[in-house]
Parts: sequence; structure tokens; C-alpha cells
Amino acid sequence: MSVATETPVAGIADAHKAGDWLLIATAVLLCVWVLLPIYLLIVNALSSPDQVTAFPKRFFPSFDLGSLSFFINFAGVARALWNSVIVATLTMILAIGFGAPAGYALSRFDFPGKGTFRFLVLMTRAFPLPLLALPLAVMFIRTGLDDTAIGLALVHTTLALPFAVLITFSLFSGIPVELEEAAWTLGCTRWQAFRKVILPLALPGIAASAVFAFTISWNEVFAAAVLTIENRTLTAFLLQSLGESPLYLKFAGGAALVVPALIFIFAVRKYLFAMWGIANR
Amino acid sequence: MAEIAIKGVAKRFGGFTALHQVDLTIADQEFMVLLGASGCGKTTLLRIVAGLERPSQGEVWIGGRRVDHLPPRERGIAMVFQNYAVFPHLTVFENIAFGLRMKKLPQQEVERRVNRTAELMHIEQLLKRYSGQLSGGQRQRVAVARALAMEPDVILMDEPLSNLDALLRLEMRAELKGVLAASKTTTIYVTHDQVEAMSLADRIAVMHQGRIVQSASPVEVYRNPAARFVGSFIGNPPMNFIPATKAENGSWTVAGLTLSGPKSDKPRIEFAIRPEDVDAGGEGLRATVRVIEPLGPHTLVTCDVEGGLFRAILDSNASVQVGDDLRLAPKPDRIRWFDPETANAL
Amino acid sequence: MHGKALPYLLLMPATLFLCIFFLYPFALVAFEAVTRDGAFTFDNFRTMAGSWKFPVTVRNTLLLAAIVVPIQLTMALLMASVVSRLETGRSAALYVFAIPLGISDLAAGLIWLAIFDQSGFLNTLLSSLGVVDRPVMFLGYQSKLTIFIAVALAEIWRATAIMMVILVAGMGLIPKEYYEAAEVFGASPWQRFVRITLPLLRPSLQTAIILRVILAFEVFAVVAALGGTNLPVLMGETYNWQFTLQDRNVAAASALLILAISIGFTLFFLRVLRVPKEARI
Repeated sequence: MSVATETPVAGIADAHKAGDWLLIATAVLLCVWVLLPIYLLIVNALSSPDQVTAFPKRFFPSFDLGSLSFFINFAGVARALWNSVIVATLTMILAIGFGAPAGYALSRFDFPGKGTFRFLVLMTRAFPLPLLALPLAVMFIRTGLDDTAIGLALVHTTLALPFAVLITFSLFSGIPVELEEAAWTLGCTRWQAFRKVILPLALPGIAASAVFAFTISWNEVFAAAVLTIENRTLTAFLLQSLGESPLYLKFAGGAALVVPALIFIFAVRKYLFAMWGIANR
Repeated sequence: MAEIAIKGVAKRFGGFTALHQVDLTIADQEFMVLLGASGCGKTTLLRIVAGLERPSQGEVWIGGRRVDHLPPRERGIAMVFQNYAVFPHLTVFENIAFGLRMKKLPQQEVERRVNRTAELMHIEQLLKRYSGQLSGGQRQRVAVARALAMEPDVILMDEPLSNLDALLRLEMRAELKGVLAASKTTTIYVTHDQVEAMSLADRIAVMHQGRIVQSASPVEVYRNPAARFVGSFIGNPPMNFIPATKAENGSWTVAGLTLSGPKSDKPRIEFAIRPEDVDAGGEGLRATVRVIEPLGPHTLVTCDVEGGLFRAILDSNASVQVGDDLRLAPKPDRIRWFDPETANAL
Repeated sequence: MHGKALPYLLLMPATLFLCIFFLYPFALVAFEAVTRDGAFTFDNFRTMAGSWKFPVTVRNTLLLAAIVVPIQLTMALLMASVVSRLETGRSAALYVFAIPLGISDLAAGLIWLAIFDQSGFLNTLLSSLGVVDRPVMFLGYQSKLTIFIAVALAEIWRATAIMMVILVAGMGLIPKEYYEAAEVFGASPWQRFVRITLPLLRPSLQTAIILRVILAFEVFAVVAALGGTNLPVLMGETYNWQFTLQDRNVAAASALLILAISIGFTLFFLRVLRVPKEARI
């Protein structure tokens, strides 16, 4: 008797266990799918130039810094890296500087024109923004912004601004307005309440969206290739040298693109899916 | 002196009128409760007094000064919000000290006041904690302490107890009453809970659809409701209303009983009596028992009177059965009459 | 405190910025596309369409999108489901799956170059397994099909995270009680997925698909890294017109074509995946 009554319960438990194993197996498989290619790039980057072009390849890095040192010392690379940093930093500052006030206004106020502004921001997403680099190239030549870090930063800010607005909008909306109201009743002006109450609470999120803006700029290819010639950023440099550069250079360059991005995304991982998810709704 | 005068205040949001020309005077150190259901405009009125909303019309005076064009920080008020609004990034100490620091008070004075109000609200042991580490009730106390520390002329409270569980609400209610009486500030307290209103208020202003229907002491509001709404809103179980038809010689007939009533041109008016103000037996309203609920201290009997629902509170010893025909005699001085159209007392 | 002008002041920098760096260049592109030497004409479109490469370019771009997006959608749903179900290791899995968000499309191209290159890891693996005797030229001039596959793989690898993140956020909004109720009423896990998850996910699906489709038409650097000039796509050809062939007007026409296709598909998906407000969560 007891055997008959035990089996159904055990059966369900087994089914659950099998489901769990399947879940974990799938998760691991997907992780490998994402991580393996990056690992392979790093292997190449950390191998000597001969090993990079050799066949067959070894699946382990030899930790030879030959490729990387060739890369750094290659003409123009160090400057390209530095240009990328400058452009990305400028983009970050501009995107947050323009975007955060707009995000605050959208979250706290109701006013005519609110819908229009939101529509404008949304429209920028429907448009392949890098294409704007084409007419801007001409405009920049005329205004002397051509081939400057600030010029490219302005284009990248156009890319990053909609995100900055939408992300700060959801950030500020998540902070109850009662906190500001309480501060007003306790003696604060609007600006003081913002500075003392809202800003400390929003800072992590704002920092995360700043890093996100930085990453967008760091990774952008088309506009950088279009708008920079002498002062190339890393992406422009790598793109334009694709035809002639040796393999080990390509891979070292790829690693230089990837590793900072990995670090950035790790730094903002808490806000990652909240940001993208909310920003796209 | 922190007398509050609300003169002809109206508030419209787009096409919707939240407040229709409200007038109210609150004496210095009076505890005024704004009571009403959701959407009646009580919170809007409070926020207008606080300066968090601008009135579409009318004036607000605090302590003899006209304040409706001033921001909250210049009105001499402190406020306790429904969700407490305790700053999450500051310790309890810094929360309570926030307003004092904004006033640039010397450190000694800040510490004195914070410690005093923390003791008052029994949270001295929590001063170093952050809001995330506190329970709802504790956060509530921090919010009250923060307001009291300002030593304001006026304290405004927006349903401060409604997010607490029932037992905590009971405790806090008693505590608040004591603390606020001792602080000698004028208080405006908003709630939808009529028990809270009855327990705490010096005066209750009952609000309905953007108007103040009656403002009087709790006993007065309970015994002499100025409008049908007040009678039905206050008291649990609520007041009973039965139609009364005109009889000869200025009398009125209600459910088989003839009583003397007010003078009126109308052929039908409304008779109202509270459940606890009827006795079983003798000359009374004809009632058929439908549901009997023995509640312990008394028995709640739901009856059919003139085709409508009638609740009576009877002694727990009363022997009644479902289906019984009863006579419910109303206590004569507790009978109230209402005009069926204007809903005002007659 | 209630200054009526405040919200407008806060919005002004962002609005001005978008007007100057988005609306204005947008108008310029439109203008350039329909003029030549100052005269209004459709010649630019004719030139673009008349180029021998044009049919191939359009076909490649559309075909790539048609193949990649559905696969990515499936994978994104899979990843999102895995993340939503995982308890231990959920944030780690989320971070790993989201890593490609921070990776430049150029870097992604280079990563998969390391795999598909003649001396790359795929060849190494194949020859060590004995499948081939000599390394295969996957990315050569003759092997258009394998280039296409490599690009498709790289795109799937790179851009799935974009959709996944949106879907994870959308799934997070579905209250657990709906699943529990369905389970009580006898629905299997698959049925629960099809009857509850998918319908309630429609708004997120709509956003994810539209965003991904628009980005798919912008594919540029991945193709450049893997195929060079062997796999022409619209964005790459636009770049060509502007810089190699030095014809700004045709480049602008090409840009407008990309825009038109993007808008067309956006409207299509907005209609097809519409969810009335009352039917949302």
C-alpha cells in the first residue's frame, strides 16, 4: 500500500528535478555561447604575432605580449585610443548635462508640449542616426568642427541623448515626489531639495547612464569613420585599416575595444536591464 | 498665534472641480480633522494650506498672514505625509534634523531638539539607523518626530495612520493624541477613518464632493448630523433612513408608527435613527428580523422595515429569531429628520 | 516653486540640441537626396538604383534581417525565460547574456573573424577533428555563402542581448499569480508559455522587434570586418558613395532609402503587434 502512494509524489519531484537540470544546462550552454568567442579573441590578443597567423591555432593564450605591444606602438594607435577616450568623455558629459534636466522635467511636470518632446525623442530612435554624420560632415567643415573631438562628440551625443533622457526620466519617476515635497516643507527651495534629496538617491543611476553613454560613444563606428581623419578614434582607425592591417593588429585592436566595454558593463550591471528595458518601453 | 482661515478656496484640475468655494476657520491650537471618503477633496485642501498646490480661487491665512502665494517653507508649517517620506539616504537623526539644519540652527540646539522629539516618539534607540532598516510604524514615528522638531505653528497630517496595520493604528492614535496635545500646535489632520476622526478631533469637518458639509465637535456631528451624508458616513453600523409620509396635524407616519415631526411642505421626508437608539418592544416601528449577528457585547439585528434594510443594536440577552416580527421603539430625542431632496436636516 | 517656465527651461538644452543635430541634418539629408547641383531631381535615386551592385545590396540587407531577426527573437525569448526562471546565479547569467550590449559591432566582427579566418579557430577545430585536410577559406571572394553565414552568426551573437533585455523587463512585469492560476487549471509549461507569457509580452515584443529590425538595416561594421567588399549591404554602400565615389547626393538618397525601409517596417510591426491599452497588464 505505502509503495503505491509514494510513487506519484516521487514522480513529480523527479519531473521537477529534470526540469531544473534542463534549465541549468541551457543556462550554461548559453553562457558558453556568449563567452567563448570573446575568450578566443583574448587568446589571439595575448599571443605573439606569429602565433596569431599560425595554423593550427592553440586554444590557450600564451600570454605573449607581442601582439599587444605591436599594437600600441603601431603608428597612430596610441593617439586613436586617446581620441576615443576624449570623445567618449565629452559625449558622456553632454548627454547627461542635457538629458538629466529634460528627464527631470518630464517626470515632475505636466505641461503643453510634453507629448511633442517625447515624440521627438522617440523619433530619434526610428532613424538610423549614424547616417546623420553625412550631412553633419559638411556642416562641420563649414564651421571648422570637422575632424575634431568635440564635433564627433556632438554626433555621439545625439545618439546617447535619447537614452539619457529616457533613463533619467524613469530614474526620477521612481523617486517619490513626496520626498521633494517633504523637503520643501522643511525649508528647502526647489533646487536645494533636488540637491539634498533627489541627487543623492539618483546618483548611482545617473552614473550608470553616464557610463552607458560613454560606452555608446566608445563603440560607435560609422560616424567616427566619417567624421575623423587626422584625429581618428580607435574604431575609425581599425575600420579604415581593415584592408591592410595584419591579423594580429586587428585582434589586438578588437581586444582594446572589447575589454573596456566589458568593464563598463560590469560596473553598471545592476542598472543594465532596468535601463534598456525601461528606456525602450 | 496660529489661527488658520480658509476663505472661498476653490480648486479646479482641468475640467474637474476638486473644491467648491470652501470656507473654514481653525482656532489657534485646535485639532481639526478633515473627514471624508476618497476623492472628496480633503487632501487637496490640506495641500493647498501646505502650499503644495495653488488654489484656483480664494485665500489662505495663517497666523494673521496671507500665505496663499508663499512657498511651503515660508508658511511656518510642518507636514507628515501618508507614506512618511522619510529620506532613505539619511540616518534617522539626520532626517529629524533636516529642517533644523535648513534653518541653520546651531549644532547644540539641533541635538537638543532631535533628542527631545525622538524620546517623545520613543525612537531614541533608532537614531543611527537608516529608513530601510525600519518597520512601517517606526518610519511613521520618524516622520512625526521630524515635523515636531521644527516646533511649527501648524502641523498638517495626511492620513498618517492609514498604512499601518489595525493594532498599530490603535496604539499610534493614542500616542499621537497625547503628543500633539502637549505640543500646543494647531493641527489639521486628514483621514477617511471616522473612528480616528471621532477619537482625535476637537472639531471635525466632514467633506463630500469638494464641499464641507458640516464642521462641529465629534459629539455634535454624531448626534446632530447636518446632512444625510454625515449621518450615513459617521457611525458604525451607519444610521438608518426610512421614508416618512405626512399624517394629520403635523405628524408623520413611519413604518406603522406616528410621530410628531418638523414642519415641511413636502409630502414625504426621511426619518433617521441610529441602530443603538432603538429598543425592542412597546410602541415602535414594524420590523421583520432577517439576520442576527451576536457580536459579543451586543447583538446586531438586521431587519426588514418598510421594504428597506434596518439595523438595530440590541442587548445580547434579547431573544430574537429570524423571521420574528418586532417592534423597534426609537428614543425620541435621538430621532433625526432629513429633506429627501436637499438631504439637509430639518 | 511653481514657475510655469521651469519645465521649459529644463527641456530647452535637449530640445535645441536635437533640433540642431538631428532635425536639421535630417532635413539636409532629405534635401541632398532630392537635389543635384541645386536642381530638384530624382536622378540620385536613379543612379543609386541603377548601380550594378544595387539589387545585390538590397537583397543582402533584407535577407540578412529576415534570417537574423527571427532567430534572435527565439534566442532572446529563450535567454529571457532562462533568466526569469533561474534562482541561483540569475544575476551572473544576466550579466553574461548582456555582455554583447557593450561590444562594438566592429569588435564583434573582429571576434568572429578570429573564428572564421583561414588560420582561425573554426578551421583548427575542423582539422583536429579530421573533417577537413586543409584549412577552408570561409571568407574568401568565392565563398559568398559562408561569408553570409559568418555575418549572420556574428550578428546573432552580438545583438540578441538587445532584445533579451527588453523581454526580461517585460517578463518581470507578469505577475506570478497568472502562471499559478494556469497551472491549477491544468496548463503544461509549454501551454503556459504560449497562452500566458507570449500574449502578455506583446508590448515588449513589439518594442524589441521594431528596435532590432531598425538596427538590422544599419548593419555595417560587422560586414566590413568579415566580408569587406564581398558582401555589399545598404549602409556599407552608403559609406562607399560618400567617400570612395565622392557622390554626396547619391549617398543621401541611399540614406533615405534605409530610413524609408526602417519606417515602413516600424509601422508594419506597430500595427501587427498592437495591444489595446485595456488588454495590457
